[in-house]
Parts: sequence; structure tokens; C-alpha cells
Amino acid sequence: MRIGVPREIQAGERRVAATPTTVARLIKLGYDVAVERRAGSLASFSDEAFAAAGAEVVDSVWDADIILKINAPTPAEVEKMHSGQLLASLLSPALNPELVESLRAQGVTALAMDAVPRISRAQSLDVLSSMANIGGYRAVLEAAHEFGSFFTGQVTAAGKVPPAKVLVIGAGVAGLAAIGTAGSLGAIVRAFDSRPEVAEQVESMGAEFLRIDVEQEVSADGYAKETGEDFNRKAAELYAEQAKDVDIIITTALIPGRPAPRLITEEMVASMKPGSVIVDMAAGSGGNVAGSVAGERVVSENGVVILGYTDLAGRLPTQASQLYGTNLVNLLTLITPGKDGQVLLDLEDVVQRGMTVTKDGETLWPPPPVQVSAAPAAAAAVVSPAASAAPEKSSPTRKYVGMVLAGLVLLAVSAFSPPTFLGHLTVFILACIVGFYVISNVSHALHTPLMAETNAISGIILVGGILQLGSEDPVIRAIAFAATLVASINIFGGFAVTGRMLQMFRKG
Amino acid sequence: MQTENLVLGAYIVAAVLFVLALAGLSKHERAREGNNFGIIGMVIALAATVWLSLSRAADPLVTIALIVVALLIGAAIGLWRARVVEMTQMPELVAMLHSFVGLAAVLVGYTSHLEMADHGSGDTVHAVEIFLGIFIGAVTFTGSIVAYLKLSAKMKSAPLMLPARHWLNLVAVLVSVGLMFWYVSSLSVVPLALMTVISLAFGWHLVASIGGGDMPVVVSMLNSYSGWAAAAAGFMLSNDLLIVTGALVGASGAILSYIMCRAMNRSFISVIAGGFGQEIAISADTDYGEHREITAEGAADLLKQARSVVITPGYGMAVAQAQYPVAELTKKLRDKGVKVRFGIHPVAGRLPGHMNVLLAEAKVPYDIVLEMDEINDDLADTDVVLVIGANDTVNPAAMDDPTSPIAGMPVLRVWEAHDVIVFKRSMAVGYAGVQNPLFFRENTQMLFGDAKERVEDIVRAL
Repeated sequence: MRIGVPREIQAGERRVAATPTTVARLIKLGYDVAVERRAGSLASFSDEAFAAAGAEVVDSVWDADIILKINAPTPAEVEKMHSGQLLASLLSPALNPELVESLRAQGVTALAMDAVPRISRAQSLDVLSSMANIGGYRAVLEAAHEFGSFFTGQVTAAGKVPPAKVLVIGAGVAGLAAIGTAGSLGAIVRAFDSRPEVAEQVESMGAEFLRIDVEQEVSADGYAKETGEDFNRKAAELYAEQAKDVDIIITTALIPGRPAPRLITEEMVASMKPGSVIVDMAAGSGGNVAGSVAGERVVSENGVVILGYTDLAGRLPTQASQLYGTNLVNLLTLITPGKDGQVLLDLEDVVQRGMTVTKDGETLWPPPPVQVSAAPAAAAAVVSPAASAAPEKSSPTRKYVGMVLAGLVLLAVSAFSPPTFLGHLTVFILACIVGFYVISNVSHALHTPLMAETNAISGIILVGGILQLGSEDPVIRAIAFAATLVASINIFGGFAVTGRMLQMFRKG
Repeated sequence: MQTENLVLGAYIVAAVLFVLALAGLSKHERAREGNNFGIIGMVIALAATVWLSLSRAADPLVTIALIVVALLIGAAIGLWRARVVEMTQMPELVAMLHSFVGLAAVLVGYTSHLEMADHGSGDTVHAVEIFLGIFIGAVTFTGSIVAYLKLSAKMKSAPLMLPARHWLNLVAVLVSVGLMFWYVSSLSVVPLALMTVISLAFGWHLVASIGGGDMPVVVSMLNSYSGWAAAAAGFMLSNDLLIVTGALVGASGAILSYIMCRAMNRSFISVIAGGFGQEIAISADTDYGEHREITAEGAADLLKQARSVVITPGYGMAVAQAQYPVAELTKKLRDKGVKVRFGIHPVAGRLPGHMNVLLAEAKVPYDIVLEMDEINDDLADTDVVLVIGANDTVNPAAMDDPTSPIAGMPVLRVWEAHDVIVFKRSMAVGYAGVQNPLFFRENTQMLFGDAKERVEDIVRAL
């Protein structure tokens, strides 16, 4: 089959859906590749480079069997498409019902690159992740470009320079990339997210995770949800407080299929220091910041710069094209199981099903929900006995109740026991604890010798046999003899084999 | 009185030496010293006990004769087994030794019962101790025998699936509890004998219903039981040394079981309840694409060009006895300046730490044999990974596929390496019954056949 890569015609778009590197990989999968003339020129990929990689450079690619694009096709482009054609591009199907309908009417099989389910296996084709990563990086650089001071703190002969304080709201891929970039420039970075489970990731990037005192839900599908009223109020208080303190705010809060939540109000912007910078990465879908304009640089009355650029990833066109193109190669690898240049779309596969918006004149959007975090959900499903072992965090109350109960049982037992038994019980419990700490230190490599050793010393049970051998009763003697014999096999065998094994371990 | 005090003092010394013995095993450098501590402790304990027994005995000469004969026979058998055992058969030996402790606990329990019956008196606590001691001992005994039979392939390693097996277990325990009340009130041998039969059957069934791949857990669990059996005997005989030793061993086995379970991401209960690998034949018909094969010569070429190689062995290496050729291969590659390391998954093999012992036997230095956590992050920078006889422990489905039965199990991320060569007899699934997508990855090549012969082929080609 033939793949066509058109030139992106959206204003300001510099990326292209294939690079010479990815073209070579597509050809390896058995496809013919046609690239529209000057498709890669803005991303520094020349037509010659594409041709050298094996692509055919042509004037129009719309007759190909597969169209790989970045942006959703315009109505004029949809017109050029034909029935049975496969399209893979960004589509935002939830926000663009008319586009979905026109693709369906045209008989196009459309795969939305921005609807990849967020499961580990699909990460290699998730363009939202790869583009957000670039966007987060660029957002910090744009902010640094506007910001009138250093990011890093310095002590110079001309005086002390305080480090910039950066607040990142939304710790998804873009947020984390922004945190990393701002941190590596030397700024003090704080971050906030409505999903408490990302705190660890934020902290691993070296930023401080801001918390608010509200019960929060763990996200089941890897995306943020709309949040409750109480939560929103507390979060707003946090933003208001932070706005007065920080120099740069980067907002990345997006909720799939809905307008972006308004997080930073006019009052908060007004409370910021003049010269502060806000980058609203959600400006394209409504904006997190009051006063941000999609694609524009706006300066507020008090001198705060609000950047609403929507093409942040496209501002690194070479790298963005390369990553997007690789995502597409991974997609085609997935849907070309035979590596023979023939597409085989498997709607049973959750990844392929999730991306497929239209097929054979039918609309398949929205797909059935996909569970992302395996732990709690899979335990409920009958499928997997293994998942029932999902880490179950016992609440502290339960732990203490258990301890109290154990204590009471022990008291009850002691009340009815002779003192000698209690003495033995003391020894027993303390020995268990000693054993626990001693064994916990044993290295994994020595577990087999450890078992042989414990085997040997548990042969100490022969003490019981030996003591009873002194009895007058012949039956007792006979049994005790057998016990002594059996246990002594353990002792001698256990120590000897442990010794033999330990002899073998040697250092290189 | 003097004797008793001295003996008790000797027991304290022995108990401390046992703790030191186990503590010594935490480091390779101090392990041998630890074993020696254990031996010294045992000699002290034995000498003291023999002395005590003689001082109490009705007929010291007969007693000492019996002790010496029993010890000599036991020593002969024990030393002989220890000398001839193959390192690949360590799990069997360990399981067999567990069964001896169980048997000894049962026997000591019965002698205690008889002594109590001879005196014609007994208190409740003592009766309960005897009863529990025999119960634990009997379960350990038959359980270990089944484990031994399964490990030595004298019994099918597939789990035995009786209908209503959980109920059977529950009934066995409940009936035993009932019998305990009967025994305590009557001190008759009848309930004791009935309980022994039930607990023998219970132990048998408990292990028979657990599959072969869960054996690391089972063996460490039985290790733990054998310790509790010894501790119970200590309670019966009012002997603190037995209690301390039993508790140490019991705790040790319990921790090992816990480590194993965590390494398989399964709860202890689900392993003990058994039957893993049965309900989940679903993933079998998914199309994973095609695997690619490589020859021994091709593999040798890859290895020649590699700068860093990681070998991840599994139970298959033990079965094929491939540790010697693997060690030779390692040596050759290291002589050529290739950085060779081993990555050991905690549940590789049939016994905790089994792979380490096998590699040590073949004279692979232990400082290049690393644990999963130590090596996992380095795998991405590795040129070639050799997967020898491992399957589920290198299965990417555990991380990628939430519906997989082994989802969430920590695995060696071998697929991140540049090239992966998988040694396997066929494309059959591993123990968990799950197909391994690793085999169909683009950077994976299969080398079919007996692992030992294939590794030898590679060594020759080098």
C-alpha cells in the first residue's frame, strides 16, 4: 500500500508527519511512501533528504491509500479524500463532531492520534505525550525569553540575584517536562495537580508538590477529571497565594473532551509582580488563565505577560516532526502485523479500537472506556487471580485494632496459663523478632545456603529425642531413637551441604 | 541442680551461636564463619543434652549406646547425602530434610504423650502443646514429602485440583480443633491418632494442590513449618533452646516465603490456596506476530561484537544442567574484555537463591551475579541479553498488559537491551501459562534446542 504525507497547510504549522528517518522505517514495513513537495522544508527536512530515504516526492499525495498528517484535515482536504482511505492525524473527535461526520460520509477510516488510550503498551504511539513533552520544554524557554531576570540564583560582585520561582499547574507530561526544564535552568519549581498520585513524579523531578487539604480521588484512566467544588475552592486559594509569590506560572490543565478549566483569575493576574510571565498551555482549548488569547502574547495592565501560544511543540519543528513521525511508525507497526505493507485494523485491540473514529461509513466514536491503572480494577475482574495480590494498603486504624486484639488474646491466654508456659512464650516471641531482623539482612544470593543452614539447626529437635532416650519405657525409647536418628540426618546433612555450597561461592 | 544449670547455660551459648550463624549468612565473606558458628553451637547443645540425658537416665549405658548408634547412623546418611547431592537437586534435598524435622516432631510429640500417660497426670497446656506439635509436625512431614516428590519429578508437578478443596482443608482444620478438645479432656491416644491421620492427609493435600512453579514459596513455607514444629516440641519439653531455634527457623522461612510472594506479586494466601495457572488460558490465541530464529554461530557473532552482556538464567538452565557451559562462555567473553553479568530474578529456579548456588558451583564469581533490582536499570545499556531457560520472569506482559495473569509481577526488563537471545526448547508457554510477547519483539531472536548443547555450540563458535 502507498502512504502519502501531505504538506501541513494550517497557518504557523512547521511540523511534518514524516522525516527521512521514519520514511525509511515505513518502507521497511513494506509500504511505498510519497511525500508532498516542500512538506518538510519548515522542519529542516529537504525534499532531497526524503528522496534519499526512499520516498517519492510528488505534488499531491491525496490519492494514496494511507494519509499521515499532523493537524486535522480542513474541509477542503476532506473533499480530496476517497472511500477506503486510512487517515491518521490529530482529530480531537470529541470537539469536532462535524469533522468526524464529514470523514464518515467520505468513507474514510480515521485514526485519531490524540485518542490513544493511556496504557503502557500504547505509550509508543501517544503523540499527546510526545508533543506535550516538547511543549512543556518550549513553554519554559518562552517564559525565560520574556522574563527579565535569571532563572538561577547567583551571588556576583554586582550583588545577589535571587532565583526565579516557577509554579507549574498540572503535572502531566507537559507539566513534568516544564518542571524538569525550569529546574535545570536553576529556578525554584513548585507544582500542583488535582491527582494526588503524581506527587511522587513531581518530587522525583526535583520540584515541590503543593498539597491542599481535601480528599482526592486517584485517577483511573490516567487523565485528570473535573474536580469537586470544595476542591476547586481550596485550589483557588492556593493559586491566589502562590500568584503573589512566584515569577512565572505555567498552566497545563486539560480535561479531555471539555473546555480547559479556568484556574487563574483576573485578580490573581493583577496580584502578580510586574514583569512576571504566565504561559497558558491550554489557551487553545479555552485557556486556564483569564485574559489569555490563543496564539497571542498579551500584557496585562500591571505588566504581566500572558503567553497563549498554541504551537509550542511546533516551535521545535525538527524534533517534533521526528517524534510525531516515530509515533506514526509505531502505529503502523501495530496495524501492519505481517510487515507486508498491508493494514490490518484489529478492533478487538483496545489501542486500535480507542483510536478508530470512523470506519467503513460508521462512526465508532466514542470508544468503550479503557482501564489504565491495573491494580484496583483488575482485582475486580474475574480474569486475573494474580491481580488480587495488588498492594493493599492497610489503614493505620486497622493495624492498631489488630495489635490491640492480638494483645487482648494474649492476655486472655496468659490468664489461664501456668507461669512456666508464659516464660517460654516470652522466649518464643522474642526469638521470632530476633529471627525476623536477622533473616531480613540475608542477601538473596545466599537464600539456598540459608535454608540448608536452618534445616541443620532445626535438627536441634533431636534434643527432645535424646532426652527421652533415658526413659525406662521401651516404647518411648524406640520412638525416641527413631526421632534422634532422623533429626541427626538433618544436622549432619544440613551443615555439610551448607559448608559445601559456601565453599563454592568465590569472588571474581 | 548443678547439672541442670550448666546445661541451661550451654543452651544459652548455643542459642546465641545459632543467631550468629544466621546473621553470618547475610554476607558472602562471613557466611562460612556463620556456618562454623552453627556447627559449634550444635556441638555444645548436643554435648549438654547428652550429659543431661545421661544424668537423668535410668540406665546410662544403654542410653549412651542408643544415642551413639542413632547419631552414627544419622551422620552416615546425612553426610553421604550432602556429599553426593547435585546442586541442581538442592531443592529436593532441602524438602527431604524438612520432612525429617516434621517426622521428628511427630515422634517427639508421641513420646511426650506417652511420658505424660505414664505419669498418669497432665495439665491442659501441656496437652495442647503436644497436640499442636504433632499437628504441625505431621503437616510438615507429608507436605515436604509431596514437595520432594514433585521437585524430583516423581510426581506430576501440576496442581491437584480436588473439587471443593478449600472446604476439605477447612473441614480438616475444624475437625482437628474438635479432636483437640476431646484429647485435652480425655488424654486418650485415640483423638491423637485420628488427628495425626487427618493432619498427614491435610499436609499432603495442601502441597499437592500447589503447582511446580510455586515451589520456591512452598519450600520456604515448609521451612517455616519445620521451625514451628521444632518450637512446638520445645514447648512440650519446656526446652528454651528448642523454642528459640524453632522460632528462628520459623521466622526465617516466613520471611523467605514473603520475599518470594512479593517477587511474584501474589499474596501468600493465593499461593497456598493453590491452583494457579488454571483459570487463565485466555491469552493463548492472541496473535503476537512471528518470532525469528538465530543459529549458534549467529549468536556467537553477536556476542563477539558486544561490549556488555547480561545473562538471565531460569529453571530451564538447571534442568538442562547448562551452568558449566554458561560459566565457560562467561569466562571466554570476560577474557575477550566483554563485560558479562548475571541478572537473577528472585523466583528463578525452584528454591530461593537456587540460581546463585548453581552458578557458584560452576565457578562463576558471585560479584558479577546481580539481583533483579541491581541490574534492571542497566539493561537498556546492554548490547546482548541471553535468556537461558527463563520465561515468566522476563515477560513484558507483566508490565504492559493489565489483564495478564502475571500483571504487576516485577520482571527483568530484558527487552530494553539492544539484542535479546532466548534459549528455549520450543515455543511452549511458561509456568504461568501465559504466552511471552518478548519472543515476538523485533530485537528478540530465538535459539531453539537443549540449552546446554546450544551454549556449548556458542562456546565452540567463539
